[in-house]
Amino acid sequence: MTTAYALIIMPVITGIISLFISSERARRNLLVIVAFAHLFISIRLCSGSAGELNGVWLGLDQLGRMFLMITSLLFAGSAIYSTVYLDKHPHFNGPAIAGLRMPANSNAIFAACMQFFLAAMTLSILSMHFGLQWIGIEATTLASTPLIYYHRNKRSLEAAWKYMILCSVGIALALMGVFFLAMTTSSHVQQFTPAGLVLFAGYLKIEWLKVAFIFFLVGYGTKMGLAPMHNWLPDAHSESPSPVSAVLSGALLNCAFLGILRIYKVCAAVPEAASFASEMLIIFGLMSLAVSGIFILRQPDYKRMLAYSSVEHMGILALGVGLGGSAIAAAMLHAIGHSLAKASLFLLSGNILAVYASKKVEDIKGLLKTMPITGALWLTGFLAITGTPPFTTFNSEFAILRVAVQSRSWTVAVLYLLFLLLVFVGMLTSFMHMSLGKEGEKEVDGSAGESIWQVFTPAVFLCVALLLGVYLPDFIRDTINGAAFLLGGKAL
Amino acid sequence: MNSIAALLAITCLFLLGSSRLLVSIRMVAFQGVLLGIMPLLAAGSHHLGMGAFALCLTNIGLKSILLPWLLRTALFTSGTRREIEPFIGFGASIMSGVVLLAISGYIVKRLETTAQLSSSITLIAGFFMVFTGLFLLITRRKALTQTLGFLVLENGVFTTGLSLGSEFSVYVELGILLDVFVGIFLMGIMLFHIDKEFDHLDVDRFNELSDLTIDVSETEEVSE
Repeated sequence: MTTAYALIIMPVITGIISLFISSERARRNLLVIVAFAHLFISIRLCSGSAGELNGVWLGLDQLGRMFLMITSLLFAGSAIYSTVYLDKHPHFNGPAIAGLRMPANSNAIFAACMQFFLAAMTLSILSMHFGLQWIGIEATTLASTPLIYYHRNKRSLEAAWKYMILCSVGIALALMGVFFLAMTTSSHVQQFTPAGLVLFAGYLKIEWLKVAFIFFLVGYGTKMGLAPMHNWLPDAHSESPSPVSAVLSGALLNCAFLGILRIYKVCAAVPEAASFASEMLIIFGLMSLAVSGIFILRQPDYKRMLAYSSVEHMGILALGVGLGGSAIAAAMLHAIGHSLAKASLFLLSGNILAVYASKKVEDIKGLLKTMPITGALWLTGFLAITGTPPFTTFNSEFAILRVAVQSRSWTVAVLYLLFLLLVFVGMLTSFMHMSLGKEGEKEVDGSAGESIWQVFTPAVFLCVALLLGVYLPDFIRDTINGAAFLLGGKAL
Repeated sequence: MNSIAALLAITCLFLLGSSRLLVSIRMVAFQGVLLGIMPLLAAGSHHLGMGAFALCLTNIGLKSILLPWLLRTALFTSGTRREIEPFIGFGASIMSGVVLLAISGYIVKRLETTAQLSSSITLIAGFFMVFTGLFLLITRRKALTQTLGFLVLENGVFTTGLSLGSEFSVYVELGILLDVFVGIFLMGIMLFHIDKEFDHLDVDRFNELSDLTIDVSETEEVSE
């Protein structure tokens, strides 16, 4: 139990400390050390050697294990990357506002908020109590807003404001959902947790449960980036620094998804509510796929393209869970594959941005020549994110399709394939244009984006994504299947 | 309890109708005081513990002293005084407010058949505040009014939770309060930055980032 609390409190404390460290070097080292300490403790916690965790407030089930590992791993990778990234970008001295002396250095705020962000995400994953989970998810919004505004310009400010307002309103609605969920039980439930409510599944008021589910879906769905509540996502992901985009897309969206899964677990225990919840998830999933398919075609900005691809993948996750059966396990596998591939791509986009100083697809040509390593990884990442065979995303996307066909939901299957194709074509055009072709007239020196730490994380993540596609180790398979069983699904 | 709920509803109508931002801020601060007192009344005299008092004081301190002060400072530095030309005029806003109030009443009437409610008037006020918050968020141009709208929305959620009688422990309530406070605080800080970067607080003139405008400019080029 103390390990879990340590996991949440440690980044908060070190975050506060790093606000007061004046040495740039020490602050960066602290960030990396904290990230790896977090990873180490998470592994201990997940492997069970720190004792079982099953309290009223905090708990760790198979779902939590999976998401905690993804989050911690991605954060560690991004932390390494961010030490280089900060070098390439000037930092600003904050102004004094209304007599409040802001911490002088935007890099200090960056380091501190990264660590608060980690703590908030950990809290939202580990918390079992619905109220506590809400606090965690709202805290992620608060911690990440200053990160999005890191570049201190109009565009990032607009993105941060949109993110803040839309996500906060969404999450406020989710809080209504939490209150409604409390209304489902007439008798006093001992624990206001998914497991606690499932015990009383027969006595829950179905109408209130349905209402609560809608509010959760709309509220946390905003944060997760499900269409049509996704408007903040392309802006925030394209304007924030690359390591932040990687964590936002690969880890944060999953945390919000976990919020929906927790109430889905309660719904799954009540047959009538289960079919309703599944339908809603399928509708929102297909809608997200459609929106991303439309906006990815001819998208002029490659970071926005990656952001829309996140909307697409969140749609796939929702669709997979909605279809039920072994598609739930496939969705879990897909979450892992997507996080690894998307984080790599966002980090690589940071390399490209550092060299070309442009986010426009048309400005970038012949990556394979100018930046050989980044270019090769960029193409590999494209294969991984679109679900091309040896990668793990292919296995999961195919498994979801198989369930759709087996359950004879032809409309869903056809639309799913159509939108996947749209996204594939849209991304193919941009990636080909960027990677191949002749170099532009300008002489480009690619060495600024090719230092060892800039390509290390993406290379490792993509290798893992590839290996998981070829061979899925037993402990990962067990975790995924265990998570699927919790949600009433079947083994993969 | 019921009179407080009625007062809350009246402040919402005021907010919908007022064009002076300073008055709006005062109204929201007043809502904060009302919200602070409400849990004490709801609990009844024999349930009052230290926790309830702590919650009440924190609520009043944050929502009706600290945040209004921050927003006022933001207001004075930006030199904005009034909400100019909202998308829906002030008179029409009040009318929509009345309609929203009626809708909230209707929803609560429907809910009463499925659940035992401790106080339906407070629930109506809660829903009405949520609607008002959303209405302000959608129809007003100034970033400051949007912040106020969010605060009203959040107050409404709080009132709803209170009248549904869903009690969490004090820690959870404090955590929720803290989150909301930090959220508004950050919005306040961002108001300063918006004022500095854009020289105005008009959110509808935020148009640096949009896929739709990019599409429009492209089609224009083609047609030329």
